[in-house]
Amino acid sequence: MGQGGSLVAVPPVPSELAVGLRLRRNKRPIGAILGATWLILVILAAVLAQALPLPKPASLGNTYSALPGWHHLLGTDALGRDVLSRIVFGARGSMAVAVGATTVALLIGVPLGMISGFFRGATDSGISLFVNFMLSFPPLIFLIAVVTALKPGIVTLVVALSLLGIPNFARVARANTIALADREFVTAARALGASPLRILRRELLANVMLPVLSLALVVMATLVVAEGTLSFLGLGIPPPTPSWGGMLAAGRDSLRTDPQLVLIPALCFFFTVLAFNNLGDWARSRVGRGSSI
Amino acid sequence: MIRTKDPTATERPSVATPGEPGVATGKVPDRQTERRTSSVLLRRSRRWAAAVGRLVLLLFLVTASTFMLLKLTPGSPIDSILPPDATPAQIASARKQFDLDQPLVIQYVRWIGHVLHGDLGRSYRTHEQVLSMIRHAAPVSLEIAALALLTALVLSVPVAVWSAYRPGRLVDRVATALTSATLATPAFVLAILLVYVFGVRLGWFPILGWVPFSEDPVEHVRHLVLPVVTLALGQCVLFTKLLKGDMMATLQQDHVLSARARGLPTWRILIKHALRQSSFSLVTVMGVVVGQLIGGTVLVESIFSIPGMGTLLIGAVSSRDYIVIQAIVLMTALLYLVLNALVDRSYPLLDPRVRKGRAW
Repeated sequence: MGQGGSLVAVPPVPSELAVGLRLRRNKRPIGAILGATWLILVILAAVLAQALPLPKPASLGNTYSALPGWHHLLGTDALGRDVLSRIVFGARGSMAVAVGATTVALLIGVPLGMISGFFRGATDSGISLFVNFMLSFPPLIFLIAVVTALKPGIVTLVVALSLLGIPNFARVARANTIALADREFVTAARALGASPLRILRRELLANVMLPVLSLALVVMATLVVAEGTLSFLGLGIPPPTPSWGGMLAAGRDSLRTDPQLVLIPALCFFFTVLAFNNLGDWARSRVGRGSSI
Repeated sequence: MIRTKDPTATERPSVATPGEPGVATGKVPDRQTERRTSSVLLRRSRRWAAAVGRLVLLLFLVTASTFMLLKLTPGSPIDSILPPDATPAQIASARKQFDLDQPLVIQYVRWIGHVLHGDLGRSYRTHEQVLSMIRHAAPVSLEIAALALLTALVLSVPVAVWSAYRPGRLVDRVATALTSATLATPAFVLAILLVYVFGVRLGWFPILGWVPFSEDPVEHVRHLVLPVVTLALGQCVLFTKLLKGDMMATLQQDHVLSARARGLPTWRILIKHALRQSSFSLVTVMGVVVGQLIGGTVLVESIFSIPGMGTLLIGAVSSRDYIVIQAIVLMTALLYLVLNALVDRSYPLLDPRVRKGRAW
């Protein structure tokens, strides 16, 4: 208080724009660069998991709950399994599920949204109803219902999570298509006799994809969390296969004595989600529009 | 109380709702025509009718799909009721008893009839009425969710207001850093970290369990703290971000300047003139928030072993008690759907600026 007049002395620039400008002018997007580095590391580890000089994630050792050290860089868990190896192989599941589900959701959601936004009318109402129907379950409840109805496993997870992602992509694709459909280049294409399909594919798709791709990063972050949540609850990737969520759940039992068993997967989640969020924010600031969930 | 009419607000075609990039601005109805009351009434009633129609359709789809959930699941409900060595005659009579020999449509209609009469069936496992199981569990979950929402608001509103008033200063910076850190921490990770720090290391709060209020009010509150804080922190992020953004935009507006010129104290301008107008977008995300709270409650209950709907659901999932799963999915989906419809319908009541086309 006390600094009276400054209430109106706030610079008359919308906040996000100001931040974006400042970032772009004299700062490298450090968050995004660090995020990209971490994600590249995780993805490389996931892809090369077999080739890395690591013990098998399921092989039982004779040192239990060891602290990080020379033999086991991140220590061992309560069954004597190497934690680093389980983190690396766990990244495989998490990344496969997140990337797979996001891709499927994008491939289904974007056409739905574009068709809905381009043709409007009855088509729009029909697709809107479908999307609203999928949105009418609370996300976690929806996931649990789908996962229990189908056989547990990676494919089920991808199906369930992509169903969760479709409405987001459809919504953003639709909004952007509507905004673009009245633009001159679309009118010109129409005047030249282009069919709706051609307009959608050649004129609109590329323009819609930019905001959609920046959304994809955010969706990926939510899906990593969703997969982790399910695995944590014991409904995700079935136990012998390592997963970060499963490791967290297992580490809970020895929280008092071996907190590192919980902290290591927790940090992995933290950095991964932070990385996706930072990249998503950066992409959105570049694209200028887009949407969060 | 004097409500200052805000000239800039009416000029603005739409409230900047996050997630709707410029859709709503597409077709702005002509102000002249909107002034004509008869057409407004007609349009409004038509919109309500359309909304009710959509809601009914969605209700049908939601109930039908939860009904199908039970049909899709491996193994028929009979398997879990009859002994494994049941004779074909026993199976046939059981099928008849549960209407399983009827066409699917008839089964659905009968099931809906039962549901409307409050009969959600009996648990396969405990043979308890599902409705009474839910009746015991629901208040616990509702209490946690409501307290979390309240806590989130109490924590985030002052922080957001102050960050918007003094952007780039200490409070704002700390809040921004904390927000992005919390955003990157999944709820279950946050829960475990809180348990570790405040439960295991510091020993301030019990790390799991539940004591009913009637038994011991103090213990009741102590057991509530960690679950509620876990849930609330997640919501805080959303609230702070949204409210801060809106507040910063509002503080640029002329009516704030005019209030300042009239010499009103800062707190009064912030709270009466800016906050009221800015809090609108909090309402617009309530639908999302309810969804997150329902999901979050499930998670938090299972982590802290609290006997609410979430524990019931997870227990039912692990013991394949499909009829309980179905009932909970149905109840939460209906609750979510109806609350979302109410939230959607409430924007035009709360803010005249959005009384026009919708976007999903």
